Amino acid sequence: MSGAVTIPTHIGRTMHRQQTFFLAVFVLVLSSCGRSAAERAALESAVIANYVAIVHSSYEDSLTRTKQLQVAISAFLDSPSDATLRITKERWLAAREPYGQTEAYRFYGGPIDDADGPEGLINAWPLDEAYVDYVEGAPRSGILSDLSTYPTIDRDLLISLNEAGAEENISVGFHAIEFLLWGQDRSVEGPGERPYTDYVEGEAAHAERRARYLAIVADLLIDNLEDMVAAWAPDDPENYRAEFTAMDRSAAIQNILIGIGVLSKSELAGERIFTAYDNQDQEDEHSCFSDNTHRDIIANALGIANVFTGRYVRIDGTSVEGLGMNDLLQAVDPQSAAELASLIDRGLESVRAIPAPFDRAIIDPDSRPLVLEAVYALQDQGDKIAQVGTQLGVTINTALPE
Amino acid sequence: MSRSPSPLKGRIKPALIVSVLPLLALTGGCDSQHPPELLGGQTSIYNVTPNAFSQPAPGLEREQELLFFVGNSFFNQNWVTAPSSTEARDGLGPLFNARSCAGCHFKDGRGRPPESDGESGTGLLVRLSLPNRTEDGSYFADPIYGGQIQDYAIQGILPEARVTILGEEIRGEYTDGTTFTLRQPVYRIEELGYGELHPDIMLSPRVAPQMIGMGLLEAIPEEKILANADPSDRDGDGISGRPNRVWDRSRNSFALGRFGWKANQPTVLQQTAGAFLGDIGITTSVFPEQNCAETHVECLEAQRGGNPEIDDDDLMKVVLYASSLAVPAMRNPDDPQVIKGGEIFEDIGCGDCHTPSTLTGIHPTIPALSEQTIHPYTDLLLHDMGEALADRRPDFEATGREWRTPPLWGIGLFETVNGHTYYLHDGRARNLSEAILWHGGEAAAVRTRFLKLPLAQRQALVQFLQSL
Repeated sequence: MSGAVTIPTHIGRTMHRQQTFFLAVFVLVLSSCGRSAAERAALESAVIANYVAIVHSSYEDSLTRTKQLQVAISAFLDSPSDATLRITKERWLAAREPYGQTEAYRFYGGPIDDADGPEGLINAWPLDEAYVDYVEGAPRSGILSDLSTYPTIDRDLLISLNEAGAEENISVGFHAIEFLLWGQDRSVEGPGERPYTDYVEGEAAHAERRARYLAIVADLLIDNLEDMVAAWAPDDPENYRAEFTAMDRSAAIQNILIGIGVLSKSELAGERIFTAYDNQDQEDEHSCFSDNTHRDIIANALGIANVFTGRYVRIDGTSVEGLGMNDLLQAVDPQSAAELASLIDRGLESVRAIPAPFDRAIIDPDSRPLVLEAVYALQDQGDKIAQVGTQLGVTINTALPE
Repeated sequence: MSRSPSPLKGRIKPALIVSVLPLLALTGGCDSQHPPELLGGQTSIYNVTPNAFSQPAPGLEREQELLFFVGNSFFNQNWVTAPSSTEARDGLGPLFNARSCAGCHFKDGRGRPPESDGESGTGLLVRLSLPNRTEDGSYFADPIYGGQIQDYAIQGILPEARVTILGEEIRGEYTDGTTFTLRQPVYRIEELGYGELHPDIMLSPRVAPQMIGMGLLEAIPEEKILANADPSDRDGDGISGRPNRVWDRSRNSFALGRFGWKANQPTVLQQTAGAFLGDIGITTSVFPEQNCAETHVECLEAQRGGNPEIDDDDLMKVVLYASSLAVPAMRNPDDPQVIKGGEIFEDIGCGDCHTPSTLTGIHPTIPALSEQTIHPYTDLLLHDMGEALADRRPDFEATGREWRTPPLWGIGLFETVNGHTYYLHDGRARNLSEAILWHGGEAAAVRTRFLKLPLAQRQALVQFLQSL
């Protein structure tokens, strides 16, 4: 993608052999900016230290909210009713707010999405409803209805079925819970309307299996988020945070920028917004069952802004604050820092301007231009992040590692 | 949770400050000894993750960058039975092999044969035809079962059959005395839903190939491919190399075949449309007729998901997607073993058909793919591969013993992307050595030279292949 900074790549290959030389020149470049290498190093270290603190607290917040969701799910399954279902849905929506912001930490092979990272078990989408449960026109479809192939619903089974055979065969994670709570979204006016009686034995087929399924998926989500919290927790010499803070500073900064660059340009602008805009199909929206896609998009954009500004507002209203990418960039090129700051503002403004629900915004001629403006704003923001990476001495390829 | 020590994992290339570049050039950092690293030219990417085959080629135009993702959504989405409220994605079947493109090309990668009896949906299908030719040069399909066995069907319609594979072990020996075994697959078509197959039926099992670099292969000028052809082996090297000539439905003329295991498709468009129809049961403007036998009333009368079921606009986004999936660069071109393996590859003659390098011409719609020096390791020509590999099923000009030289780019990443190491047209080879050992016919001499190599050299060759 053109977001990639074009550097003759055959030269990049010699990086390892040229590392010392590279660093020497790096220092030379910095000195020419009138700053000592020590100052720059201290600044970078502070930015990295603040970044890992933000990552940790946002995963902690996600875990907290998801545990609250799990409590509500238990209560709902104990006594299914419109009221307990409504509370559970509210908790799901609340849990999405901090989680959406953590997506700025993906795409560089960190704990969330390295070779055995749990991203696909947490947030995979789009989900083929008919793979999990009944859908309109197919009352006996899905894992839940298939008693002969899957006589027992258990954790290992659901993990093994996730992305089995096709990429839309999603069995677990936030969106499986979303579908199990809301059901198919059949209208552009409101979200899905699954009746609570789907969980009442005798009123709906497979009610008990469905309840068991929902409980297991919630449990699994907690476990995976706990792993993320542990990976970024302070004072553990063995975890990823320790590795991240010990790695070459430019590699850490590269990772930080890759995370926000790819999220901005590819995942958010391309996959999550433009694809739905172009197809005008709510199947392509991120949280299609709950009609919460507009919030997913804002949370993602906010996650990018958090990393840039070095400030994350926690779910309890307190904030984790320190030096951010803007401070580092400010030291290297104030004009570029100002440009990116303004693009980040434009990105946030443009996603907030998309009217909810998203599935209506993508078909309504009045709001479609607003959706497209958000796409372009996030594309520009991603391109600028790649460019800023070059100024900071790292290559940022904003292409999406799916 | 255990974590890999390297956070970069090679996904994104370490980079240099731009101002360093001129200085570096002076240091002569480039090693001319190693094999060409940028397999896809300037559209190569550095990625060794499970998503290595799913990246857009760098340099797409701004609009194409976005449309790539739309194409990707069609590639991944599960098609559903018509009628459905999701109109853009209904029309599955009536008969089909998979519900989505990604069902066989998982993560845009390589399918494999089933590993256990009854395992399905792994990306292997069986093509069918009869020995007599139609006027467009192709071969007649089975009057009932059509051009391939579809092992799934929508509700209310019987699937055509089930394909089972039995393996027979064949023992062999390297010159140094090391033994090996090859697994000769035996295919059985069982549970036929619509009566017997035609008595003269010919079967050809095929796995879904990796999707990378197709636009680059399409952009290779025809004359460059034909220049390597030597149909009557005039140079006497034992290697013929024949182009397939196939029917191009869009241009209504014969054209050079480039894609498919027998080079039976001329363009990414026709390859894509063919797979939509044959594998998922989705009609297009290129193949507007559903795959139903004249006698199969339920199939003929099943509800359609539009006419065609995917419109041209969306089809072209899938074609854009399929054309612009980037080729990962070589992983470790500086490794002495890889360099040595690359030399052996040339020395024993692998490169005679798996020609390393070529230059693309002008791609009509994707400028980034134009005029790239690429290293696909294929001549895109047909070669007699011997009796053991023969499917005995001709396809346009390709005989029952001929196969198109497949590109080798990406073959070292199947394990990462798809979790297996099955190679060749039906995935019979369980590793790269076995894949070489299956070569026969025009490649028999190369195989013999491989058998004579000492272990260390065989390992170096395999290591070279794994770095592609």
